[in-house]
Amino acid sequence: MTKTLNLTLKVWRQKGQNSKGSFETYNAKGISSDMSFLEMIDVINEQLTIDGIEPIAFDHDCREGICGMCGTVVNGRPHGPEKGTTLCQLHMRHFSDGDTIVVEPWRSRAFKVIKDLVVDRSALDKIIQAGGYISVNTGGAPDANAILVSQETAEKAMDAAACIGCGACVAACPNASAMLFTSAKISQLALLPQGKPEAAKRAMEMVRTMDGLGFGNCTNERECEAECPKEISIVNIARMNREFFKAAFLS
Amino acid sequence: MNWLITTFASSIGKKLMMAVTGLSFCAFLTAHLIGNLTLYAGRDAFNSYAEHLHSLGPLITVAETGLLFFGIIHVLTGLFLFFQNIAARPARYEVNKNAGGRTIGSATMPYTGLILIAFITFHLINFHFIDKTGTTIFQIVRDAFAKPSYIAIYVMAVVTAAFHVSHGLWSAFQTLGINHPKYMPLIRKAGIAFSILIGIGFGFIPVFISLTT
Ligand code: HEM
Ligand code: FES
Repeated sequence: MTKTLNLTLKVWRQKGQNSKGSFETYNAKGISSDMSFLEMIDVINEQLTIDGIEPIAFDHDCREGICGMCGTVVNGRPHGPEKGTTLCQLHMRHFSDGDTIVVEPWRSRAFKVIKDLVVDRSALDKIIQAGGYISVNTGGAPDANAILVSQETAEKAMDAAACIGCGACVAACPNASAMLFTSAKISQLALLPQGKPEAAKRAMEMVRTMDGLGFGNCTNERECEAECPKEISIVNIARMNREFFKAAFLS
Repeated sequence: MNWLITTFASSIGKKLMMAVTGLSFCAFLTAHLIGNLTLYAGRDAFNSYAEHLHSLGPLITVAETGLLFFGIIHVLTGLFLFFQNIAARPARYEVNKNAGGRTIGSATMPYTGLILIAFITFHLINFHFIDKTGTTIFQIVRDAFAKPSYIAIYVMAVVTAAFHVSHGLWSAFQTLGINHPKYMPLIRKAGIAFSILIGIGFGFIPVFISLTT
């Protein structure tokens, strides 16, 4: 059943990187419970535009939970209160009429606010770049299953590769650590034969780059895996640690 | 040598130091508790345990030096991580809500840790750096726990240690990468069971001593 909601929104507004931001309060009237959270912001922005106020800047692209662009902290929870969903997949039916919703950007020293709810997540790209290449032969398409990978291992690698790089793990971590992200990127390659030759170098380089970007340190609080829209497990962090120890002490 | 410094200075290297030193403290706590259980058997049992322990001589000195060294590493690294983690989020959230990962133990690690270092100092002054001529270790313990304030301090400190270890033990395994989907839930439960054992085992000693003497 579609319902209509009237909500109060407290939204972080910040003109640019170096300006001081603050919370502004907006009333969202006549919001359909079928809308997504982003569509709700679209509705507010239309009204703001009509009123001659700068619309709220927020990141988004696919709006179907695959690109990793969207994401804000909604009432203290990255991507909102639902498990295993991105903000674009969060529907307004999870809210009640009259609710006050606080919307703020990801907070981390490594993610500077660019404008309002938009943050610069290029630090995550730098970690991926530090991972370098893998060894796959070019030329004619190789025979299928020429390199044997067990179903189980392939699944584990795929689970890690489900990371969309949204940064919710950093936002959720009480220490603003990027270890879940980095561990997913290290794991997806370390698990497969194609990623093995460079595994040691990759682990060292990615961890060193992560450390240099101002992220915090993991203290195994497990908030990241609880908030990850792709439900990536901290099993990957344990694997990253093993890969790092192997690389540091044995290579 | 250079690679060793870079390794331990990295985020995962620091976690490694926390885990190894922390686990060694857990081993120490276990040994310490087993030894102290002789207190429940009365004065003579405890005094003779203490005597046996001291007769180990150089072995004890080695263990003490090792613990002190590990203690310094654990505390300094822990504090360094604590401040680094605060710095990693200069702008705080308006609303803070947990998704269910955090526990009381995990959220209070640096604070319970600081209480522990204060307590360990106090504890060593009470029972270690004390003039033991013309008295027995049992007598010293009994005199200390004749004071209700001492009982309160010791019980609270032990509960603090239990909270610290309730997260710490499991966390150390995860940090070391000793994890397996089959065993991880068991390790978590074992960590909690261990912390309860530490809490009850040590916690009742002061109460027992003051009630029976
Ligand atoms: C009886 C004494 C102690 C025991 C048995 C103990 C045990 C542990 C263990 C097992 C860990 C987990 C390591 C990991 O997460 O990998 C830990 C973490 C920690 N300890 Fe202790 N510890 C003790 C004393 C202290 C003291 C005196 C401090 C003072 C600052 C302290 C501060 C910390 C901090 C901040 C952490 C979290 C670090 C992290 O998770 O990365 N601990 N402790
Ligand atoms: S907009 Fe693409 S994941 Fe939400």
